[in-house]
Amino acid sequence: MAEPVTAGSEDLVLAGLTKKYGDFAAVDALDLTVPSGSFFALLGPSGCGKTTTLRMVAGLEVPTAGTVTLAGEDITRLKPYRRPVNTVFQSYALFPHLTIRDNVAFGPRRKGVSKREAAAEVNRMLDLVELGEYAGRKPAQLSGGQQQRVALARALINHPQVLLLDEPLGALDLKLRRQMQLELKRIQIDVGLTFIHVTHDQEEAMTMADTVAVMNQGRIEQMGAPEELYDLPRTTFVANFLGRSNLVAGSVTGTAGEEVSVQLDGGTVTAPVERAATAEGKVWVGVRPEKVHLKPAGDPAGGRGNELRDAVVSDVSFAGVSTEYVVRLPSGQELMVFEQNHTSQRRLHSGDRVDLTWAPEHTFLLDAAQDASAGTQFDDE
Amino acid sequence: MKASMRTAGDWIARHLVLMIGLLVLLYMLTPVFVVVLMSFNQPAGRNTYTFDGFTLDNWTNLCEPYQLCSSVGLSLEIGLLATLVATLLGTLMAFAMVRHRFRGRAAANVFIFLPMATPEIVLGSSLLALFVSSGLAGKLGFWTIFVAHVMFCLSFVVVTVKARLAGMDPRLEQAAADLYANEWQTFWRVSFPLVFPGILAAALLSFSLSFDDFIITNLNAGQEVTFPMFVWGANTKGIPMQINVIGTMMFAIALIVVVVGEFGSRRRGRAVL
Ligand SMILES: Nc1ncnc2c1ncn2[C@@H]1O[C@H](COP(=O)(O)OP(=O)(O)O)[C@@H](O)[C@H]1O
Ligand SMILES: [Mg+2]
Repeated sequence: MAEPVTAGSEDLVLAGLTKKYGDFAAVDALDLTVPSGSFFALLGPSGCGKTTTLRMVAGLEVPTAGTVTLAGEDITRLKPYRRPVNTVFQSYALFPHLTIRDNVAFGPRRKGVSKREAAAEVNRMLDLVELGEYAGRKPAQLSGGQQQRVALARALINHPQVLLLDEPLGALDLKLRRQMQLELKRIQIDVGLTFIHVTHDQEEAMTMADTVAVMNQGRIEQMGAPEELYDLPRTTFVANFLGRSNLVAGSVTGTAGEEVSVQLDGGTVTAPVERAATAEGKVWVGVRPEKVHLKPAGDPAGGRGNELRDAVVSDVSFAGVSTEYVVRLPSGQELMVFEQNHTSQRRLHSGDRVDLTWAPEHTFLLDAAQDASAGTQFDDE
Repeated sequence: MKASMRTAGDWIARHLVLMIGLLVLLYMLTPVFVVVLMSFNQPAGRNTYTFDGFTLDNWTNLCEPYQLCSSVGLSLEIGLLATLVATLLGTLMAFAMVRHRFRGRAAANVFIFLPMATPEIVLGSSLLALFVSSGLAGKLGFWTIFVAHVMFCLSFVVVTVKARLAGMDPRLEQAAADLYANEWQTFWRVSFPLVFPGILAAALLSFSLSFDDFIITNLNAGQEVTFPMFVWGANTKGIPMQINVIGTMMFAIALIVVVVGEFGSRRRGRAVL
């Protein structure tokens, strides 16, 4: 798989990139390095500045400040038609007056490729996206999924150094979207180009990308491999936006060797020091719902290191492979717990008294100054 | 008996919209039919408004009435030239106003409507005052008519092209730029073909406005006589039948232009590669 190469000279580098509309910064001093050849996802809620960022890379928007560098060359002020970058637009933007064939041939023809060569290349591209027999049609005569593939072919045929995809799957229904995700990933591996895929769907970003950058309010919150981001979020926004998290208020009591101890309402928990975004004062103690295990209250067996005692199950919902519990702590805060449905395991019911337990190495500590609910309001998008 | 009445009622109900549509069309086209019919009229006496007999004389002796053909020629010349200039300027203005942000854009949008909203008689007389005060009193003629016609056609062109352009996704032009088309190629390959129906409509509208105009032209024509002015003058002594021939021809030409334009814009899409 296209694992990001070590900081190469072919990379796309955004430095201090800013776009202001009046006083409002749509993109705010963004620093980002996209390794060449990677499938890179830019993930963030609607309105966080993803499209604006892409448009500045494509040359369709002039940055207020900062630079865009591609393969060592500063392209910040270059006209869009002089950049080795192509875009798959959010709305596809296919030329309605041209056939599919002419749409796809548009780029090569403008670059001076002969009619005959362009035609051969177009056929190859249309075969790649499995639209060979639609070459003579107009865009309006194709379905949404087909139009999306034409837009992809029209961009890919130019072999850009960077392909920008602005929520290309947004308009498709769920089933087609999953199918196109796989297809896009396959094509990216085939052609080996750098893809920057913009999406507000965290599942899409995690399944497709080698590297995910989580964006919020014009800035990058955190960047890394999907598993890395999921395993160790560094901000409350990432913890909530990428999957779900339980965040409980606590204060650090001390660090012993590799372990940070935190005093909570219902006891003391520990976390590895490298999983602490901050290791002093007030913190949010975080743990993913599926990492937490429920056991009968007071049962000494089955503890995993960190424990919160005397909680009550307040809601149970069965979700096939797992059961999702909502558990109320003595403090009144409610946490989520996802238990795998092993046949041997006893199902719990609303009102049951339980203890929560999880391993210290699944615990992470975040700065208490951040809003614990940041990123949650976008859950159902 | 009852059943047949019900089916008749159903039939009327089902075709009501169609019938109303046909009646409206009939209403709109009746004057045109009258013109076509009268172009073959051989009037028996001084009353030229009744159909007395069929003849082709009006068609074969088209230029017989004094000044008829010269006035048509003048109107055609001015119409074509004014259309060309107004369509060109108006299209550029429409692009500027839809695709670019500049100071005074909102004001320009309002001012563009003024010539359309102002009564023609006011426009015509104020133009005349302007020409005279600029020392052109003795030089009224072809060029003053031309200037006047470009002036009042311009608004219609801008408004027509703007409407078409506003309905066009600016991302299409951005996609063209993203696909290596420079400004010139983007305009000719994407913007122009997509806006063309609007430009054509604007040109047709301009021509018919110019060809048709009487009030403003009459005030600013000096010694020149355009076709509407000729008809107005002829009306006092009895309209020659040849005028209906001109009318029929104009109608036929308009019809052909519209039909050809429609087919042309459909075909153009296929031959861009
Ligand atoms: N031309 C513009 N004028 C003013 N505000 C804009 C403009 N374009 C985008 N914005 C604002 O910038 C922010 C980011 O927009 P965008 O980049 O489209 O977000 P995303 O693609 O992440 O949904 C939004 O709040 C949007 O309203
Ligand atoms: Mg967007």
